[in-house]
Amino acid sequence: MRKIRTYGQVEHETGSHILEQVLGQRARIDQRLASIGATIAIVSGKGGVGKSAITANLATALASGGARVGALDADLNGPSLGRMLGVAGKPLVDGDDGVQPVTGAGGVRVMSMDLLQEDDAPLRWRAPDGDGFTWRGLAETGVLREFLSDVAWGELDYLLIDVPPGTDRIGRLLDLLPAPSQTLLVTTPAEIARFVVAKSARLLRDAGVTPVGIVANMTAYVDHEGATRPLFEGDGAQALAAETGLEVWAEVPFDPALGTATDRGSPFAIHDDVSAAAAAIVALAHRVERQNHGRHA
Amino acid sequence: MKFLCVECDRVMAFAERQIPGDGTLAAVFTCPGCNREMAMLTNPMETQLVSSLGVHIGGRTVPEQPMEMTRSSLQDTRADVFVEPDPAASPVTRVDWHPEAVDRLGRVPSFVRGMVKRIYTDWARENGVATMTPEVMDRARSELGLEGM
Repeated sequence: MRKIRTYGQVEHETGSHILEQVLGQRARIDQRLASIGATIAIVSGKGGVGKSAITANLATALASGGARVGALDADLNGPSLGRMLGVAGKPLVDGDDGVQPVTGAGGVRVMSMDLLQEDDAPLRWRAPDGDGFTWRGLAETGVLREFLSDVAWGELDYLLIDVPPGTDRIGRLLDLLPAPSQTLLVTTPAEIARFVVAKSARLLRDAGVTPVGIVANMTAYVDHEGATRPLFEGDGAQALAAETGLEVWAEVPFDPALGTATDRGSPFAIHDDVSAAAAAIVALAHRVERQNHGRHA
Repeated sequence: MKFLCVECDRVMAFAERQIPGDGTLAAVFTCPGCNREMAMLTNPMETQLVSSLGVHIGGRTVPEQPMEMTRSSLQDTRADVFVEPDPAASPVTRVDWHPEAVDRLGRVPSFVRGMVKRIYTDWARENGVATMTPEVMDRARSELGLEGM
């Protein structure tokens, strides 16, 4: 039988330069991120804990303090940052240096799938029917890569990345951005949230990324008489802190006004200086800034 | 992926790429030793797989364009998402577009129109062409190997 050489033994390239093309993609991400002081991944793994609302409000709170902030909506299937930051329907300028992000509430520069697609359109691809499982993940990673590398973010102090639910999505981000400057874990006091978010914490640590803090969302609500009451039994956020050794950086109480404001595209944190929820988010922004002191671009 | 001419024990070199239809990507490779040619044909799923990676078999004739994969792959896009920058804010050398070229560009889907226009404009600048016409577009397309643009 003839002996065929292995791939590695065959030295010459075919002329496609596939490896160079892939390395070029990575180089473009690095080049773009070089002008960004800190990348902050807002992560949970669990859906419905309020990651996007926290991201939008944290972004505007940081911007209110004078920082240059970008917000990247990595949730391609359920995008919401465009709406929450008040830029839904705005066009994107095809600049020489890349696609210009849209400037939203508080001056935050935004890129989200909800800028690109029709309002009621699910994420779909121009592709043959069937066998989508073989390439759909690659396509989503490709879009995320282009959001990082091809958007002309400019000089930023912070780029906040709203990472969608599902621990696999965290892995996809880390494939492109192996070392975010900070990773915040968002959870609620619910035990089921703790259960899922603990998996995300482990996945991050196994990938060499240490989350910096926990954001406990919807920790309590204020009743009609003004009394603060817990929204969930137990305290999964504190349990998560004990389990992971991480500190709870913010406890954000449930506030219907926060939901209303973000639905209107005008995040709460820049308008409200009295509610406990706004105060918690502003305090979170201060904490993020302290942690990043001296790391700005 | 490499193709080895077993007879000559040499790597076949990329020669030509075509998109003949049915979602097929055809890449022709030639053996530099015996000149034997072979065509690699991908089925639609394999073509999509390559496209999702954002790489071009046979290499690139123009640099990767901003959000190229997103623009070429996404369905149900909003009309006129991408707009051109204010010309006054762009200091680059001007390339005039003949009305017939504008008309032809207008037939390109709006989601990728800006990207396609930039590719043609860059080519015109690099080749000292001051006015973009359909003929110039044909030349650029042929030279750059831009299937379907």
